[in-house]
Amino acid sequence: MHMADALLSPAVGGTLWVATGATLAWCARRVKARADDRIVPLMGVLGAFVFAAQMINFAIPGTGSSGHLGGGLLLAILLGPHAAFLVLASVLTVQALFFADGGLLALGANLFNLGVFPCFVAYPLVYRLVAGDKPSDGRLAFAAVLAAVLGLQMGALGVVVETVGSGLTSLAFATFAALMLPIHLGIGLVEGAATAALVIFLRRARPDLVDRSLPAPVKSRAVAGLAIAAALVAGVLSWFASPHPDGLEWSIARATGTEEIKPPEGGLHARLAAIQEKLSVLPDYDLPAEGTAKKEGETAWPEVSGGRSFAGLVGGLVTLLVVAAAGWLLGRRRPVA
Amino acid sequence: MSHHRLEADGIRYDYPDGTPALRGATFRAGHGESLALVGANGAGKSTLLLVLAGLVAPSAGVATVGDLPVTPATMEHVRRTVGFVFQDADDQLFMPTVLEDVAFGPLNLGLAPEEAKSRALQALQSVGAEPLASRAPYRLSGGEKRLAAIAGVLAMGPDILLLDEPSAGLDPRARRRLIELLRAFDHTRLIATHDLDLVLDCCARVLVMHEGTIVADGEPRAIFADAALLDRCHLEPPLSFSA
Amino acid sequence: MGRLEAALRDLRLADTLAARDTPVSRLDPRAKVLVTAAFLVAVASFNRYALSALAPFALYPLWLAVAGRVPAGWLARKLAIAAPFAAMVAIANPILDTAPMLRLADVTVSAGWVSFASILARVGLTIAAALAVAAGTGMHALAAALAALGVPRIFTGQLLFLWRYAFVLGGEASRMQAARTLRGGRGSPALAVYGPLAGHLLLRAFERGERIHRAMRARGYDGEIRTLRELRWQVRDTVFVLGWCAYFALARFVDLPLALGRAITGAP
Repeated sequence: MHMADALLSPAVGGTLWVATGATLAWCARRVKARADDRIVPLMGVLGAFVFAAQMINFAIPGTGSSGHLGGGLLLAILLGPHAAFLVLASVLTVQALFFADGGLLALGANLFNLGVFPCFVAYPLVYRLVAGDKPSDGRLAFAAVLAAVLGLQMGALGVVVETVGSGLTSLAFATFAALMLPIHLGIGLVEGAATAALVIFLRRARPDLVDRSLPAPVKSRAVAGLAIAAALVAGVLSWFASPHPDGLEWSIARATGTEEIKPPEGGLHARLAAIQEKLSVLPDYDLPAEGTAKKEGETAWPEVSGGRSFAGLVGGLVTLLVVAAAGWLLGRRRPVA
Repeated sequence: MSHHRLEADGIRYDYPDGTPALRGATFRAGHGESLALVGANGAGKSTLLLVLAGLVAPSAGVATVGDLPVTPATMEHVRRTVGFVFQDADDQLFMPTVLEDVAFGPLNLGLAPEEAKSRALQALQSVGAEPLASRAPYRLSGGEKRLAAIAGVLAMGPDILLLDEPSAGLDPRARRRLIELLRAFDHTRLIATHDLDLVLDCCARVLVMHEGTIVADGEPRAIFADAALLDRCHLEPPLSFSA
Repeated sequence: MGRLEAALRDLRLADTLAARDTPVSRLDPRAKVLVTAAFLVAVASFNRYALSALAPFALYPLWLAVAGRVPAGWLARKLAIAAPFAAMVAIANPILDTAPMLRLADVTVSAGWVSFASILARVGLTIAAALAVAAGTGMHALAAALAALGVPRIFTGQLLFLWRYAFVLGGEASRMQAARTLRGGRGSPALAVYGPLAGHLLLRAFERGERIHRAMRARGYDGEIRTLRELRWQVRDTVFVLGWCAYFALARFVDLPLALGRAITGAP
């Protein structure tokens, strides 16, 4: 599931590097703010554990094959999402540098797929909500499996979107997704089972290590719901966007006969337009390659488009980051009374 | 000189699950004394050392290091005064190279990198481990790791040394080197160990621990000749006695 | 040899390679990070059908491997292991994209095969560069470079701890597996055995973390990670960065093999 540099474009790779880099910085700040000086050695040894554990296979009943732990969800459960993200970043870095498991340009993308989804979506929004406080062994296992499956499905979808979005593969979004998602369903089950086995064992031996008091997820339920809704709208409902012209375009069409007024040839307008064209990574809410193809032919409705999902998700994410950054900056100015 | 003083007064400690580890350990040690702490596994030796070093807070009783009691407020003083050599050298050598690890302490004391580096080299020289400076810890032998760990502690310039099973796992040559080193120190030393022959070679005084308290305190030959005491504490006389 | 032992052996080898004194290891790690980043971006920025234009880029990983004295066999073996996922995705190209693109003698090569070859070429270039630069630099220097480039110390600090204790924990894990095998355990353990096996390893990891923390506090640790390692940027590092980036820029925008071919054959 680790992405290789060979299938990635600089635009996609670069965007995800920026996204995960910002997330890393944020996580580092959050972990430091906890002011627990045990955290650095603990993160290190647990990272070493995950690294070693990924080499230990266990038998998957009924299939004759074996699987191993990925570790994202486990780390989130044991360390909390922010520290877990940092640990995952280092495990992936070591894998990329010394085992060529995942490219360096793709490191941002891999960390996004294997880190952001388990730590910031699957763990808080699925595992914690389903497991609740002090779950029974069965409930814990169920929560872990569900969270792992969903987290890996999102990760797999991420891989598909990023690969298709980079334009180096001829695979269509739907085909690739149809291959990746079912495979990772199985991997998710394995991950969930391994995670549950470890957490249950650890809880029996050292309950103090597992039932740490973390902030209650109650408030985040609303945020969680909104985040999922936003992702669904951007990722999936955008396919159902009406191909008909919107109000403005319709009026212009009625008035002048074309949907857009032609801009003047020269001058400032043209220069700005040229700049915008060069800067827009996702013109017309789609990936550059697929966008031009669509202009020429008839498009189906709903327009199942990886490019559009990608555009929607990236746009949403960038907006969120900009808003968060603005909020943080503004928050800093205010002196403490 | 009072800053070499090491004392325990009725130290009690219970594990989080309630099991008592120390049940009122008391002793006094002074300037440059070399003491051994012996006892069966589980008698509380390591725990007592941790309390004396301020790494674990006792449930009752007071530990005194130098002139000051060991409390959260005096922690900086304790760090500078007490050097702790842990049982597993791998827990102690956590930097990429030996030199960087030995310099860890001086850097934390506030020394500039250049000064910290020369302190570290000095410490390595004093234990005869200077060739190990640029090696990675995981490649060292047990004896080499032990020396590097001791150097790391010496680099902080402590007055008191606490050592937890320093000769465990060492081959005879490395063990001999360790004994020579320990004899040459003039710090106040408290050595928790199963190696009773090392005690005979290095220590002028022995504290015998049993079930969380110190039940005997005296000169090594006398203590080790007391068969009843040894038996009660699940110990045996040193190997050299049977020779 | 199990996967675990093989992985540990690889890490140990990488560590050994990086500790040697070579022209590559003498360079400031920040310079190597910058040039490798530029290299990866340049290679990735080609369109999907670029093939011969990629060839000049092989010079960088080649130089790294030769100057860094990285064993060719090791590099080749790692490439062979790492290529599969990309190759599996890439194989879809010749199947789906059958538009003819080239004519070589009497054979018509479809566009799909060209893009497939392009992907394989990229795999070779990017992986070789990453491995060679890592082997010529080592984790310690790289972490120092990252810290100097602004990456939070709380990240680089725990990265170094991971590196340090990967060998220790890996060794423990290896011994536990061996113990199980010696007691008749065959193949991969069932989940009911895996739980306690890996669970004990996890427990020991936690306990080790606590002991390390105590050892750190005993030597004055207060949360700040301070190191001796100072990086010094020298003239040769500037030359290294400017030289290679200029070469990448040239090779990216001028199709050097094409120009060379034209010069030799006299074709337009």
